[in-house]
Amino acid sequence: MSTNDSLDKQRINNCRSTDIDFAGMSVDIAGVKFKNPVTVASGTFGSGAEYGDFVDLNKLGAVTTKGVANIPWAGNPTPRIAETYGGMMNAVGLQNPGIDVFCDRDIPFLQEYDTNIIVNVCGKSEADYVEVVERLADEKVDLLEINVSCPNVKEGGIAFGQDPKALESITKAVKAKAKQPIIMKLSPNVTDITVMAKAAEAGGADALSLINTLTGMKIDINRRQFYVANKTGGVSGPAIKPIAVRMVYQVANAVKLPIIGMGGIMNYEDAIEFMMAGATVVSVGTANFHNPYVTLEIIEGMKRFMNEKGINDINEIIGCVK
Amino acid sequence: MSLTKITAKVVSQEKLATDIYSLIIEAPTIAADAKAGQFVSLYSKDGSTLLPRPISLCEIKKSDGTIRLVYRVVGKGTKEFSMLNNGDEIDVLGPLGNGFDQKTSRAILIGGGIGIPPMLELAKELQCEKSIVLGFRDATFLLEDMNSTDGEVYIASEDGKTGVMGTVIDAIKEYGVKGDVIYACGPTPMLKAIKEYANENNIEAQLSLEEKMACGIGACLACVCKSKEVDDHSHVKNKRICKDGPVFDANDIEF
Repeated sequence: MSTNDSLDKQRINNCRSTDIDFAGMSVDIAGVKFKNPVTVASGTFGSGAEYGDFVDLNKLGAVTTKGVANIPWAGNPTPRIAETYGGMMNAVGLQNPGIDVFCDRDIPFLQEYDTNIIVNVCGKSEADYVEVVERLADEKVDLLEINVSCPNVKEGGIAFGQDPKALESITKAVKAKAKQPIIMKLSPNVTDITVMAKAAEAGGADALSLINTLTGMKIDINRRQFYVANKTGGVSGPAIKPIAVRMVYQVANAVKLPIIGMGGIMNYEDAIEFMMAGATVVSVGTANFHNPYVTLEIIEGMKRFMNEKGINDINEIIGCVK
Repeated sequence: MSLTKITAKVVSQEKLATDIYSLIIEAPTIAADAKAGQFVSLYSKDGSTLLPRPISLCEIKKSDGTIRLVYRVVGKGTKEFSMLNNGDEIDVLGPLGNGFDQKTSRAILIGGGIGIPPMLELAKELQCEKSIVLGFRDATFLLEDMNSTDGEVYIASEDGKTGVMGTVIDAIKEYGVKGDVIYACGPTPMLKAIKEYANENNIEAQLSLEEKMACGIGACLACVCKSKEVDDHSHVKNKRICKDGPVFDANDIEF
């Protein structure tokens, strides 16, 4: 049985961890301390249960959960995704179990880990968002990310994220009820993202996250059909990274709020680039599908970069490129 | 037991028919845990092709620590895999999904097109009387392997060049194939027809479904199917094909 024994050893506890020292890597968003600046993009990581088989969640700066609404949402018909050059397009449509199951199952799961919990909140009306935020008031979660930018749902979502007045109003409404700091997640599907950033700031947001996916379309020329049932989907992955970096830079120079930057981050170089553009924290999304260990590899790579460049405090590089 | 993404060495690759390839890779941890009906995710090395390709297990050789994958080239990712040679490396994650729930009563194994490969491993694992019904569009593949199992092989082809002209259901009727449990993998219209056939004849059917996947591990909710009952994950009626499946009882899913 020696072969089987050695196989068993390989199989048990093979979730990957890291023993690097996070000294100099801690950052702050609205008074919440992150041990390092790396989290995951909402919707790409569930509530961490599946990816916890691959990476030690204790080592992440935060886990950002998939969007949760006041009631369960069934999401869109399939096919929900298509691969695109250097990325993908999704129209999952925020399938989620609703806030009750989330509070009973997902929050207790994440509380077992020494990591910040960022809950992504979605809704179809202002009242839906407020209901979820109120329900979360007494839960031990660190930050709330308000998803006003999902391009794949017909009501709510992006409707709030493309109109500055609606965005300011919903920011005020959730801020009035929230016990945790509020992050407004911005859409790139606007003419000028700084207008939206300023509206969220005026509404009292504590932080911003950007960018959500870019609305795209892909057609199967042989079957004369759309690739995703929703016709359009949100494009993510490295193909959109230069747009995301530009928008982080613009927003960082337009408002005083800390930024969680994302959009096609595949490796530590990308993460550093977002921070130099003005992000305090970075989120890794699509890259998780390509490499389930990528978050840890990025954290380790950032630390190596700091050592090589003699950077004692990662905060030095935030927005350092003017 | 948790999963590890590994870098596997290619043992051999062979072209079986137009666009159909057979790839054998060294993956002892996967081979040790895997069973028929499960799949693996294969990863492209090309940075423009990010999503893993879900490929069913055609054969599992636990003693050699190898797995055999028979797949169709349909795009850039599978094209890249088809170029792999002996000794090359490929990243692979698995085994994924639930696999077939193997019963001991008389089995009918049905494979259509690129749904045929998992039926080979199933035929080898199932310890019971079995018939194997295969549906081809035109060119056949894996026939020798199928004939080397202890199952009776029946064939249908769209062009009628091999076996009955028509569908796998036509072949079942033509040859009078009988059984108590159906295990099937293939295109959705075939699976739909099998569900109807199984219900008409009051027999159990386990169907292996396919859908576009992203993560392959149950996190992203891309590859769902409509289910009769509320699912455990989202509490709606959407089961995750990659995690809750890919094999479902025909009466648990809705087409």
